[in-house]
Amino acid sequence: MKPAPFDYARARSVEHAVELLGREGARVLAGGQSLIATLNMRLSHPSLLVDINEVTGLDRIARRNGHIEIGALVRHVQAERSAEIAQTAPLVARALPHIGHPAIRNRGTIGGSIAFADPAAELPACLLALDGEVEIAGPAGKRTVKADDFFQGLFETALGPRDVLIAIRLPAATHDTRVGFAELARRHGDYAMVGLAAAARANGTKLTDVRLVFFGVGSTPVRARDAEAALAAGDLEAGVKALARNLDPPDDVQATGAVKKHLAGVLLRRVARQLTEAPQ
Amino acid sequence: MNDRDLPAGLTALDRPNSYIGRSVARPNLARLTQGRGQYVSDVVLPRMAHAAFVRSPHAHARIKQINTDAAKRVPGVIAVVTGAELATVCTPWVGVLTHLKGLKSAPQHAVAVERACWQGEAVVAVVARTRALAEDAAELVEVEYEELPAVTDAETALDKATPVIHPDLGDNLTFERTLDAGQVDKALNESDAVVETTFLFGRHTGVTNEPRAAVADWNEGAQRLTVHHGTQAPHMMQNIFAKHLGLAEHQVRVVTNDVGGSFGIKVHVYADEMATVALSKLLKRPVKYVADRIESFVTDIHARDHRVKARIGVTKDGRITAFEIDDLTGIGPYSVYPRTSGIEANQIVNLVGGPYACPNYRARARVVFQNKNVMCQYRAVGHPIATAVTEGLVELAAAKIGIDPVEVRRKNLIADEAYPCGSAAGLKFEKLSHHASLDKLIAMMDYDRLRRDQAAARARGIHRGIGFAAFIEVTNPSAAFYGVGGARISSQDGATVRLDAQGAVICHTGVTEQGQGSEAVIAQVVATSFGVPLDRVRVITGDTDNTPYGGGTWASRAAGIGGEAAWQAGKALRANVLAVAASILQAEPKALDIRAAAVVDADTGRERIGLDEVARIAYFRPDTLPPGFQAELMATRHYVPRAWPFAFTNGIQASHLEVDTDTGFVTLLDHWVVEDCGTVINPQLVDEQIRGGVVQGIGAALFEHCLYDAQGQLLNGNMADYLVPMAAEMPDIQVGHVVTPTGDSEIGAKGAGEAGTAGAPGAVMNAVNDALRPLGARSITVMPITPGVVLQALGKSE
Repeated sequence: MKPAPFDYARARSVEHAVELLGREGARVLAGGQSLIATLNMRLSHPSLLVDINEVTGLDRIARRNGHIEIGALVRHVQAERSAEIAQTAPLVARALPHIGHPAIRNRGTIGGSIAFADPAAELPACLLALDGEVEIAGPAGKRTVKADDFFQGLFETALGPRDVLIAIRLPAATHDTRVGFAELARRHGDYAMVGLAAAARANGTKLTDVRLVFFGVGSTPVRARDAEAALAAGDLEAGVKALARNLDPPDDVQATGAVKKHLAGVLLRRVARQLTEAPQ
Repeated sequence: MNDRDLPAGLTALDRPNSYIGRSVARPNLARLTQGRGQYVSDVVLPRMAHAAFVRSPHAHARIKQINTDAAKRVPGVIAVVTGAELATVCTPWVGVLTHLKGLKSAPQHAVAVERACWQGEAVVAVVARTRALAEDAAELVEVEYEELPAVTDAETALDKATPVIHPDLGDNLTFERTLDAGQVDKALNESDAVVETTFLFGRHTGVTNEPRAAVADWNEGAQRLTVHHGTQAPHMMQNIFAKHLGLAEHQVRVVTNDVGGSFGIKVHVYADEMATVALSKLLKRPVKYVADRIESFVTDIHARDHRVKARIGVTKDGRITAFEIDDLTGIGPYSVYPRTSGIEANQIVNLVGGPYACPNYRARARVVFQNKNVMCQYRAVGHPIATAVTEGLVELAAAKIGIDPVEVRRKNLIADEAYPCGSAAGLKFEKLSHHASLDKLIAMMDYDRLRRDQAAARARGIHRGIGFAAFIEVTNPSAAFYGVGGARISSQDGATVRLDAQGAVICHTGVTEQGQGSEAVIAQVVATSFGVPLDRVRVITGDTDNTPYGGGTWASRAAGIGGEAAWQAGKALRANVLAVAASILQAEPKALDIRAAAVVDADTGRERIGLDEVARIAYFRPDTLPPGFQAELMATRHYVPRAWPFAFTNGIQASHLEVDTDTGFVTLLDHWVVEDCGTVINPQLVDEQIRGGVVQGIGAALFEHCLYDAQGQLLNGNMADYLVPMAAEMPDIQVGHVVTPTGDSEIGAKGAGEAGTAGAPGAVMNAVNDALRPLGARSITVMPITPGVVLQALGKSE
């Protein structure tokens, strides 16, 4: 459990980080909660770790133009304690306590979680459910990628090898925003066997703009688009049935795909109930 | 002093200021909690090198070629050693015992020679200045394998079409035992109901807080080997290191200071630890090896993994007529040395039906080889399986004839007045307390109220279950366990107690401390039998150069066997000290006693002379003692159980839980244990042994599972995917005691280490079935009980 040799450089700025990432095999080090474990297990052999922890300005939570922007280096614990996030990103606030354990949340970062894109992780699903976007700095300058385009495959995202994720942006919740979150893990703090992050807009007794994102069911967080339409049509039973078409979870060590599919239906019923509740 | 001299109602344990039965803090607590422990992982020696191993990625493969050139060129690498090279220093071993008739196994090497037989078996050893360098170099070792067919399914291991893993052995059968007592067929025919089912127990492992570790130091000048070793049995390992490295035992010293948890994992011979010792001999310098978590999962012994077909017969009025089992287990490619991998199956045959007065019992157990990591004895060897099978059958039978699970036990548990007696399997029971334990449990859990609450919750759509598991537990083993089978594993143990020059006591004991508190128990016993406050006793364990010869810590023997030796040694030293004091005071030794570190008049308690003064005179002014009188301020005593081959204990557990019938998730609500380990020396330590054991049992019931694919690859060998039970999911565990001391020893203590693990899985399984039965679910007889298993039973998932 000793990592293979690697070089280490501390980036002074985002631009410096991008420059350092020019080296073949370089990787960004943020909170290190996934990366360090893969290094110790020799599952990854980076040539250089570009430590962005000292870069200033990446640990802010700010509200602008109807959005909330969360810097890449905001730690989970900081987000958990943020009144701004509780108010304007209630879905994220609900998801955060499910992420690992306090020691992990003390160190792990929001940006790291999104960039690593573990398909069973909570925050990528939340970003996608909220129709958020990702701000990226790369050799050609800054760009913004919508969540729907960001998650591309197993641990694959729109980030190139020389890109640094610098922030995520989420639409701030309004009075008609409805969110729901549930996950099933056999032990508290584990990656979910199945999870569901959901957002919608209330329109009288109906829901519009329903976004249902399941995690732990595939190689990326997965939108259940037919189920979204069914819920918008007010037909929960059709939504549960549609999951058979929308989800195709593979077997893993915790559950078979069939069990996961069943559990996804249970979660949809539970989360649908949450979506009908107005925020306190 | 013996019992005859005491007033009625008192025993030898009722000494003034007795520490027996008191929850005193462990003397090593402050040291350990302040981070000043000395674990093997902490040991650093001059010129110490570090070993890492190249391990087979295949479950079964011929090693065609090994190229170590690139690895040897890495700066800081000291040696890259193949199995063939290491075999010149260390002979192979075969894990058999003669009293397990027919048990066979093949020679196993420290590092594989020619063939790797499981994924994770060491194939090449790399020694370097640091562990990191050794791992770097290990990545550069090129091994060319020819994959061989892997035998992974125990069910087909004996089929003609299945390759034989060790052709010299003729087949893949390691061991078979059959037993036929009473008239099983007749009893089953005459039963009103027969329940037949198959139980499946998942393969799991013991996850120790500190991994296995060894620092071996061969001193060429002294021709001595010192091994700092995280083991439960230092003297056993001394013998084994000597035997396989061609040394005399006196040339080998095994030092075992602090050990971060063992649970039976650290009482076996591990190839990589043998390799570490052999490397030190080969390289003539200290070599350290600490298993990392990933290699621990593929090398620490696994356990359980049994398929048990089982039957029970009952009459309409709830009398159990017969038990029958057919057990099959796959134990990996080798029977583990020196305790063998036949013991768990053997225990299952011994223990099934054990709590019950039922003379009709038939059993068969077969143990087969397979290409997976080796299996051997882990905490409560065989007990959790035997208990879950027995108690699962009992509750299924009770449900079938429609009587309460408590009632069926009242009718069938061996009567508390029936002892001494034996079981159908031939076990001998000195004195057990099944009914007293059941009564106490029912009172603790307020059973009738719980049943009413269960019914009320069910009416609201909440499905809760209550399950029981009565058990017997093997502790304090005599030579019948291993010695008679030819293993050089000591069942006797010793203690040496010495008065220091200020009147404090130093105790050397052969039992070892694994974090469970045996040092505390030994200190309490010595303080009481000798007569000093606890802070005047220092206990020294784990050093074959300095402690009396003994077996160490396993099978719940430390308190019962090591404790009795320490009790007798304390008494002997008391007599010796009183002889000195009597000669100083010109008194009769019989009229004196030692209390609170002073010699007193036995009748009045009046202080006559302090121990410090006795020590001063004996050590520095012996010229003032009468001519011809020699003070002996050190005494050694040994003890081994002789009257009974094992001190059986008993107990019963109950689990209360809730099942989410939509998700299949189980939430544990309460857990109760009543246990009878005889004299309780330290109630807190006993209770925590029970609680820790229950948690490991719950791990088996709900979480822990070494998942292999059909090619023999372990799929979840890491702490994220292998689920050890964690605090958030555990219920409160309430522990009660019934006290039936063993008459085999003066202190009367039996073991308590296995009880929690023995009963918890069966209790949890029964509670889940109790919750689901009214829903028409199929009975669950599979562990771990995952959400998928529950959903299947409910017909909600295929």
